[in-house]
Amino acid sequence: MNAADLLDVAVVIAMLSLAAGQILSMVRLAIGPTPGDRILALDTMVINAIGLVVVLGIHQDVKVYFEVALLIAMLGFVSTVALARFILRGDIIE
Amino acid sequence: MTLEILASYGAALSLLIGSGFVLVGAIGLLKFNDSMTRLHAPTKVGTVGIGMLLLASILNALAAGDPSIHEMLIMAFLFVTAPVSAHFIAKVSIHRRDCMTPPSPPRDDTWATLSSPDGAQDDSP
Repeated sequence: MNAADLLDVAVVIAMLSLAAGQILSMVRLAIGPTPGDRILALDTMVINAIGLVVVLGIHQDVKVYFEVALLIAMLGFVSTVALARFILRGDIIE
Repeated sequence: MTLEILASYGAALSLLIGSGFVLVGAIGLLKFNDSMTRLHAPTKVGTVGIGMLLLASILNALAAGDPSIHEMLIMAFLFVTAPVSAHFIAKVSIHRRDCMTPPSPPRDDTWATLSSPDGAQDDSP
């Protein structure tokens, strides 16, 4: 099999498994019994979104998606910490 | 010529490994039955899974003849922040007593942040 064809197949497989991961995380977000599980599911969804953006960048050979992925990573970390802190303290900035 | 072909094969292999880790982490997040056990699975997605996808991006840029290692920045950021957010989520679970809380400390009344040991119910901040 040609290397470029193999890469195309691998990109499709990666996109499908990332989408399946998003769906499974969304199920956990809906049914999760505790707030900790819901925060964890949101964090996993943000990380899967980074993966989707990176794989889309590989598929289209565009460099701009790197900055999108970096911004999503930073916002995801800050939002996870803010959600956890809100549940721990009832307030984000004291 | 051969370097580009090798990098392309490496990118495809990294994509497959990373997508496998992502899928396993998501299944673990859905299937485990305890709050702390569930915390264990998606951390692999954050480090190995996304790390492999970013490695595939680096190798793909190398195969396209335009090498760049910008993606190492995202990798380093994720490796630094994943334990911090996992620690915060574990603290949420412990403070809301959604999991087994640690036993009371041997010499003192309280742990560092868990204010009331031995299953006392109030958790005043």
